[in-house]
Amino acid sequence: MSQPFYVAPEQMMKDRADYARKGIARGRALVAVRYVDGIVIVAENASDTLRKVSEIYDRIAFAGVGKYNEFDQLRVAGVRAADIKGYQYSRDDVDARSLANSYAQMLGTIFTHEMKPMEVEILLAEVGLDPAGDQMFHLLYDGTVVDERDFAAIGGDAEGVRTRLAETWNDSLDLSAAITTGLAALSGPERDIPATELEVAALSRGNGRRCFERIPASQVADIID
Amino acid sequence: MPSFTPGDDPGSSFPELLRRIGLTADAGAGGDTAADQLHLPHATTCVALKYVDGVVMAGDRRATAGNLISHRAMEKVVQADRHSAVAIAGAAGPAMEMVRMFQLQLEHYEKVEGKALSLEGKANQLSTMVRGNLPAALRGMVVVPIFAGYDVRRECGRLWDYDATGGRYEERDYVTTGSGSLHAGTVIKVGFEDDLTRDAAINLAARSLWEAADADSATGGPDALRGIYPVMVAIDADGLERIADDDLAVRYEAIASEVRDR
Repeated sequence: MSQPFYVAPEQMMKDRADYARKGIARGRALVAVRYVDGIVIVAENASDTLRKVSEIYDRIAFAGVGKYNEFDQLRVAGVRAADIKGYQYSRDDVDARSLANSYAQMLGTIFTHEMKPMEVEILLAEVGLDPAGDQMFHLLYDGTVVDERDFAAIGGDAEGVRTRLAETWNDSLDLSAAITTGLAALSGPERDIPATELEVAALSRGNGRRCFERIPASQVADIID
Repeated sequence: MPSFTPGDDPGSSFPELLRRIGLTADAGAGGDTAADQLHLPHATTCVALKYVDGVVMAGDRRATAGNLISHRAMEKVVQADRHSAVAIAGAAGPAMEMVRMFQLQLEHYEKVEGKALSLEGKANQLSTMVRGNLPAALRGMVVVPIFAGYDVRRECGRLWDYDATGGRYEERDYVTTGSGSLHAGTVIKVGFEDDLTRDAAINLAARSLWEAADADSATGGPDALRGIYPVMVAIDADGLERIADDDLAVRYEAIASEVRDR
C-alpha cells in the first residue's frame, strides 16, 4: 500500500502561500484613497463588465484582486451577510470590521483546509459619518487582516504603489485630486493608464443612504486630462 | 458568512436566502383566530396616476383598528428604489413587512447582479410577495399594494395594481387601492387627461384623497392642526422626489377655499 510522502507543515504552508501570492502578483493592482468626503477606489481593469470594485452595503465597498471567480464569490457572500444582518437587526449595525472578521475566518479556513488557497486579496472600505470614522481593511489570501488608515494598495506590485502613495497623499484631497493621486501611484513613473482601463468608484459621505457610486469613464477622463 | 455549494445557491433572491438560513417569519398555521379579533391596524387609501414625464403616487396617513384611529402619521407610500415606489393598503403589520422585504430584495438583487431589475421585473417580484401572503389574507390579513415607477428602458411612467392572490394588472392611466379607493378613483377618472403636467397631477391626487377622506371614515384628510399631510411622490427620469409638506399645505388650502366657495 502506498503511503503519502511526509511534508513538513511549514513547507506545506509555504507552498500554499507561494501559490496564492503568485496568482495575485499576476493581476493588476488597485488603490483606495481617503479624500475629504469619503474614500475613492481606483482599479486598473481593462474589462468594462467584470467588476473589481462593488457595493456591499450603505457605507461599505468591496474591492478584490486576483482570480475573478474567487473574489466575486467573496463579494456575493459579503452582500448576503450584510443584507441579512441589516434585516435581522438594523442598517446601523452593519459594519466593515465585523464583515472583515467573517472574511478572515472564511479565507483562513479555506487556506488550511481546502485543496488550494484562494488566489485573492480583498479590501473592505467603510466611510464614516465623519472623516474620523473612515476605515479600510486589507485581507490576505490566508485570512490575515490589516487595517489601513489613509490609503491602501492591493494586487501586483502593491508594495511599490504603496510607497508612491505614502509620498503623495495628504489629508486635504478632493475627489479629483484623490483620483489623480491614486492613478499616479498605480501607474508609476513609466506607464500611462488610459481612462478606459480604469474602474473608479467612490464612497461619498454626501451621497445619501447609499454612499457608493461609480464614476463613469467619461468623467474619469475629464479628471485625469 | 453564508456560503453555498454551486448547485444550492440562492442566487440573487433575498427571500430565498432568508429561507435557506432559516430566518423567514413563517405565516404558518394560525389556528382559528380571525384577524378581526386581533384588532390590527389597517391602512387605507392610496392612488397613483400618470403624467407626461412619469407618475405621481399618494397615500393618506391614517391607520385604523376597528373604530379607533391607531396612527395619524403612517407612511403608506414608500420609495422602493431610485425609480419606483410602492403604496399599501390592508393589514399594516404584514404590509409594512412586505414593503421592507420588497425594498431589500430590489437592493439585494442590484448589488448581487450589479444591475437593477427592470420595472416589469420589480412588478413581478411584488406579485410573488403578495401571493406569498395569501394564507394570511385568507385569515383576514389582506395586503393589496399598488406599484408605480419610471421605466428607464421604455422612458415612460408605468403603474400596476394587485389583488390579494398576487394577480398583477398593469393600468393605463391611474390606479387606486384601499377603502377610500372608490371615491378617490372617481375623482381621478373625472379629472384625468392624457397630458397632465406634474403640477396638475399632484393637484388631482391631492383632490382625490380629499374626497376619499370626506366620504370614507378610514381615510385621513389633511390635518392642518398637526401639520400632517398625505405622503406624495413624483417619479420621473431623474428619480423620485417627495412633495414637501409646505407645498401640500398650500394646495390643500386652495382646495378647502374652493370647497368653501361652492
